[in-house]
Formats: sequence, C-alpha cells, structure tokens
Amino acid sequence: MTSFWRAVWLVVRKDLAVEARSRELLFTTLFFALSCVLIFAVAFVREGKPLGEAGDAAAGILWIAIAFSGTLALGRTFERERYNDTLRALMLAPVVRPAIYVGKLLGILALLAATEIVTVPLVALLFQARLFERVSLMAALLVAGTVGFACVGTLFAAMLARARSRDVLLPILLYPVTIPVMIAGVRGTGALLDPEPNIAMAQFWIVLLLFFDVVFVTLALWTFEPLMTD
Amino acid sequence: MRKAFLPLVVVLMALYVSALLLIARAPFESTMGLVQKIFYFHFPPAVLMLLSAIFCGLMSAAFLIRKRQAFDRIALAAAELTVLYGSIALVTGPLWARKAWGVWWVWDPRLTMSFLMWMIFVSYLILRKYGGPGSETLSAGLAVFGMANAPFVYLSVNMWRTMHPKTSVVPTLPVDFATPLWVSFAGFLLLYIVLLTARVRIAEQQALLDQLYVDSDL
Amino acid sequence: MSVDFNELSIRELSRNYGRRRALSRVSMECRAGEVVGLLGPNGAGKSTLLSIVSTLSTASSGEVRYEGRTAAELGPHLRARIGVLSHELHLYPELTARENLMFFARLYGVTDAAAKASAALERASLGDRANDVVHGFSRGMRQRLALERALLHSPKLLLFDEPFTGLDDASTVALIARFKELRLSGRIVLVATHDLETAEEVLDRAAVLRDGRLVAVETDVRGLRRRYQAHLHSAVAAS
Repeated sequence: MTSFWRAVWLVVRKDLAVEARSRELLFTTLFFALSCVLIFAVAFVREGKPLGEAGDAAAGILWIAIAFSGTLALGRTFERERYNDTLRALMLAPVVRPAIYVGKLLGILALLAATEIVTVPLVALLFQARLFERVSLMAALLVAGTVGFACVGTLFAAMLARARSRDVLLPILLYPVTIPVMIAGVRGTGALLDPEPNIAMAQFWIVLLLFFDVVFVTLALWTFEPLMTD
Repeated sequence: MRKAFLPLVVVLMALYVSALLLIARAPFESTMGLVQKIFYFHFPPAVLMLLSAIFCGLMSAAFLIRKRQAFDRIALAAAELTVLYGSIALVTGPLWARKAWGVWWVWDPRLTMSFLMWMIFVSYLILRKYGGPGSETLSAGLAVFGMANAPFVYLSVNMWRTMHPKTSVVPTLPVDFATPLWVSFAGFLLLYIVLLTARVRIAEQQALLDQLYVDSDL
Repeated sequence: MSVDFNELSIRELSRNYGRRRALSRVSMECRAGEVVGLLGPNGAGKSTLLSIVSTLSTASSGEVRYEGRTAAELGPHLRARIGVLSHELHLYPELTARENLMFFARLYGVTDAAAKASAALERASLGDRANDVVHGFSRGMRQRLALERALLHSPKLLLFDEPFTGLDDASTVALIARFKELRLSGRIVLVATHDLETAEEVLDRAAVLRDGRLVAVETDVRGLRRRYQAHLHSAVAAS
C-alpha cells in the first residue's frame, strides 16, 4: 500500500513540476473558463439581470464553465503525456498501474480546484449570486461534483490517448456519462441560491454525487489496466 | 441458437400478425383515441432498450476480464440494438406526448432517461467507428460506465423533474389494453433475440474472414 | 520480490488488427549475454514485437515466456527488470535532464537514486547540462539521455527501438561499446533497427522480419548488409 501511494505522489509531483515550469494548463484552462462565463452571460443576462429564477442562470453557467474547461484541461494533460510517449513510459514502470491513474486524477483535481477558486467568486460577483451564503454545502457540492467529473474524465482521456480522433471523442464520450454530475451540480447549486435555500434538496444532491464518486472511482481503478494495455 | 433461428423467425412473424390484430381490436382509449395505440409500439422498445444497455454493459465487463472476442461481438450487437430500440422509443414518445400534453417534448423523466442512455450508446458506436485500432477495448470500458450510470441517470432525472408539476405518463391499464401490450412486448423481445443472433453471426463470419485473410499469403 | 530470468522465449506470437497482420507466428529464443537484432523495413512488426515483450500490448495468439513464466504470472515485478528505449524517447521536455532521471529512478524504486542519476548524466556526457530542460536538447543529446534513462534500474531485459537514430559518430561508437558491456554483464538485449552497418558490429544474431513474419534467423551477422540491403530497400519501395 505504501508503494502505491509513493507512486501516486511521484506522478502528482512530476505533473506539478511540469506545470510550474510551463503554466500552460493553468492559464489556458482559467482563461477558457472565463470565456465560457462571458459567452453564457451574453445568452442569459437581460437588462443587467440573469434570466430565470434567482440563481438558476448562475448555477448553470458555473457548472458549464467547470465542465468545458475541465474537458480542455483533460485533453491537454494527456496530449502532453503523448508528446514523447511518456504515458507508455509510466505504464512500463513497475508500480501497480491504478496508481498512475490516481496520480493523474489528483493532478487534474488540483488544476480544476485552482480554476474554481477564480471562477466561483467571479460568477458570484457578476451575477449577484449568493454562492458564499452556505460555504460548507457549496464547497461539498463543488468537491463532490468535480471529483465525479474528473474521475470519469481522467479514465476516458487516458484511454483515448491511443485512439484516433481523440480530441472530438473525449467530449462526445464524457458529457453523456457525466450528465448526472451536471444535473446534481446545477440543481444543488440552484437549491442553495433560492431566496429560501432548500437545504434538504442540496444535501440530497451531495449524497448522490458522493455515491457517483465512489462507484465511478472504483470502476475506473478496476478498468484502468485492461483499458490501457491493448 | 443457430438451429433455432428459422423457427424463431416463423414464431416472430406469427406473433406480429397476432399483435397487430389484437392491437386493432383493442378498445379505443377514451381521451387519447387512436393515438393511444402508439403505446403498444413505445413501451416495449423503451423497456427493452434499457435492458439491452445493461446486457451490453455486462458483456463488455466480461470482455474486459476474459479478453474473449465472443463477448465483444455480443456487446457490439447489443449496443447497436440499444440504439435501434432507443430510436424507436424516442420517435414514438414525442408522438404520444404531442397528443397527451400538446407539445412534442416536455423533458418527461422517463423519456429524458431514454434519451440520455441512447446518447451514451450512440457515442459507443461513434467510438467504434472513428476510434481506430483497439477501439473495441475502449468501447467496452464506455459500455461498463454507461451501464453503471443508469441508476444515477434515473435518480437525477427524476429528482430534477419533480421540481415541477408531475404529469402522469402510463395510464393504468385495464385487461383489454394489457393483453395486446404483452403480446407486443413478446414480439419486440423475440425480434431483439433474432436480430442479436443474426448480428453476432455476421460479426463471427467477419472475424472468420479476417482470420482467413490474415492467414493467407496476400 | 525480485524476478530473475536468463532466457526469453517467444512462441508462435501473432498480433492482428482486424485484417492487418502486424505479427504472424513468430518464434524465437534469446539467452542472457546475447544481443539479438530485429531487422526489417518499417511496418515489418519490429515495434509490435517489442511492445508485446515489454508487456504493453497483448498477443492475439501465442505467448512470451520469461524463463518459463508469463507476464501475467510475474505481475508488476517483471516490469522492474525490463528497460525500454523507444523511438519516442520517453522524456519530459519541460523537466531538466536530472529531474527526468530522478523521476524515473524513484518510480522504479532505485536505491541511491541521486548518485545513480549523476553517474548516468556523466555517461551520457551531459554532466554540464544536467540542470537544463530537455526541451533545448538536440536529438542526439536526447537519445543519449533516453538510453541512460532506460538503463537506470539495471534491467535484465533490454528492448531498443532504433537506438542509433540521431547519434553522431562519437556517440555511436560509445553506444557500440555499451552494447559490449551489456553482453558481458549477462543481459538479454533485443535491438530493432534498419541500420545494417552498425548492426553488423553489435549483434550476435539477427532475426529478419517482413510483413509480420520471421523470414530468417542469421547466426552469422557479417555480410548482413550485402545480403539484406536490397531486401530492405525493395520492401520499403513496395510499402
């Protein structure tokens, strides 16, 4: 078990070192998230006010920005591992292969967390959404939702690294499978943003997301090795 | 299965004729009138599509564990049939909705769920078509995830939609309506089995042909 | 647990992609202290064969045994005994030469990683560039670094895919000397190459592949060039 976490840590640290040097992923992902917010603001803001019931537009825009920029980050992360075929080098290492998956997943999560730290306050500011009223519930939604999206996304992006037309295939495969995450994220956030916050509803969505995380992380750990060797 | 193929087709045709007769003779439902008869062509494929998706997921999991091509061929056939039956359900559903609720699409929970599962298996077929060599393993992974996703899709779609006034979908069925429905269901099930067998057979022949080609000195 | 093996046997190995035959019923044996060449034009199946032996790909039929045991039986420990130098080099361009070596040394559980990395940098004649990012290296420098990276964990079985590409004359001479060391220290070395001139100097035996089939096994490597130059060229022209 210790060798498992040692390998995880090595992969995470390597990814952070690479990213610290280029900062490419952080800046592109962040700017892409901002672009998403801007585009959806054009669609969903009229007379300076978001459309729909209070918070509905803000919740949707926030989660769409996370999903879209997350897809971009996933694609680029594994494109980087493809460049010198280093993904194969990782698979050749004498560590249990799911450790590689967990390492890559944690790297993606760190990146998405950094993106959300900027995006969430920005959405709150631009759409007068009270995202910080219930900080712990909101944080739980964000964490559970991001893990759910990233655990499926990391596996799909990793396995598509050796497929043809991987750039288009990633969103095509990923969005239908992660629809429950999107519904839970948007509805949960919406419940918190209501003039009278629906705490029970938000808690239901958090629990659903946690179940999703457990099921899909388990499945990903189990399928990673057979999917990565051809 | 191969020997039973022809008799199965005969039984299937008999079932279809009787189903059509039964449906034609079934009483007109009071509010929906003739349009209610769409239901006989909507409910069976919708249910079978979901079962087929789960079947495809199980076969794909078996393929990932055992690495035997036979499982993959069944999974591919099941995925194609999931899309076919899903398409039938997604065409007949809105036809019903137009008459019942006045609009083609109201994000009714069950139809939405069918739509999402249909999307997952369409992406399965896209991956197989455009993924290049080795995509059968990758699509097997996708099918396993798609299967595991079914309960989450069901729960989330239902919760999402109960935020709004609930509309009753399936009318309670008196016996006159139930008999033709079950005959129709049996027909669709048998059709599924026949198509699956035929599709797997084609894939087997294809693999055999590929093997001959590989073994030859071309 | 440490895995050791003194022979590698490849039996009736086939790999198909649909109708494309990448490898067809290839059988061969390699023993410790041998440098065995895989010769053939592009698309002959050399890389597929190396990929299966390295455990990254699975065979459609046939098997590879590492002194009697299969990769499935040996698990991750087998990979600790295999070193791969691929055509794509397996280096992170954003990291420095030393960071690349240190990362893989730790991942392979090498003891005394820092000292081994320094020694490897010297061997690659990159001592003065150790803290520069690989991005700025020439192909030859990368090739030398990649070779040291593949040897860092002293693997028993070495799989080289076109190791002479991009090397200048001095580096080629150094690599040839390196092959002799590896032979003396009892490694099993498989080298895929189409550079027959250099192959004559380092190989003990050569397996000639074409269209996924084993065409010949040459035990006398002198005169390879004379006999196979035309073969390789005609095959390249045909493909």
